[in-house]
Amino acid sequence: MHVDVVVDGALTVVAVVLLAGIVAGLWRAVAGPTTADRLTAFVLLGTTGTALLLVLAAAADLPPLRDTALTVVALATVVVLVLRSRDRRGDR
Amino acid sequence: MSGGVGVVVDVVVVALLAVGTLFVVVGTVGVLRLPDLATRLHAVAKADNLGLGLIVAALVLRAVTGDEGGGVAAKLVLVWLLALLATAANGHLLARRDRATDADDERRDGSDASEEVAP
Repeated sequence: MHVDVVVDGALTVVAVVLLAGIVAGLWRAVAGPTTADRLTAFVLLGTTGTALLLVLAAAADLPPLRDTALTVVALATVVVLVLRSRDRRGDR
Repeated sequence: MSGGVGVVVDVVVVALLAVGTLFVVVGTVGVLRLPDLATRLHAVAKADNLGLGLIVAALVLRAVTGDEGGGVAAKLVLVWLLALLATAANGHLLARRDRATDADDERRDGSDASEEVAP
């Protein structure tokens, strides 16, 4: 078990800041204005969400959250690939 | 953690976390504030991944000096490499799509798209 109060406190602060970043990124996803803008926000949310999950895994001693982060990054590409394949079919 | 080395490690971990978080915040502000898609992609692709890399570096350092060991460190590095791959692929695809859409719009407007945008 980690008992470093300073590092754990820093991890908690980082988690709160990243959570605020996710809320801000969600605003961009809602605001758009184009589908590409929303997807850019989605890419941002993927990166920030991954960082948040990793930090929470360390701060709360929850190793499964690291696997969740791994899954999130592994799936991050899929949405954009789906958009591209839709474009290829011609109904942009 | 005890002794002088532990304190130095803690300081480095906190510093890496702080700088990494700063970069993520800058990337988020960039996506919120920059005027068009290309510049927003720029913020996502660079600032955000650097921030994630620094945070991962801090967590790796914490893992290898703590009781979590190399397996956790390897998983963290794998997450970062996958994030780099995903952002590079996404940024490229979105930027190329944006450029193609711009060219379509300009053709519809009757202007010559090839002057500004290579096909």
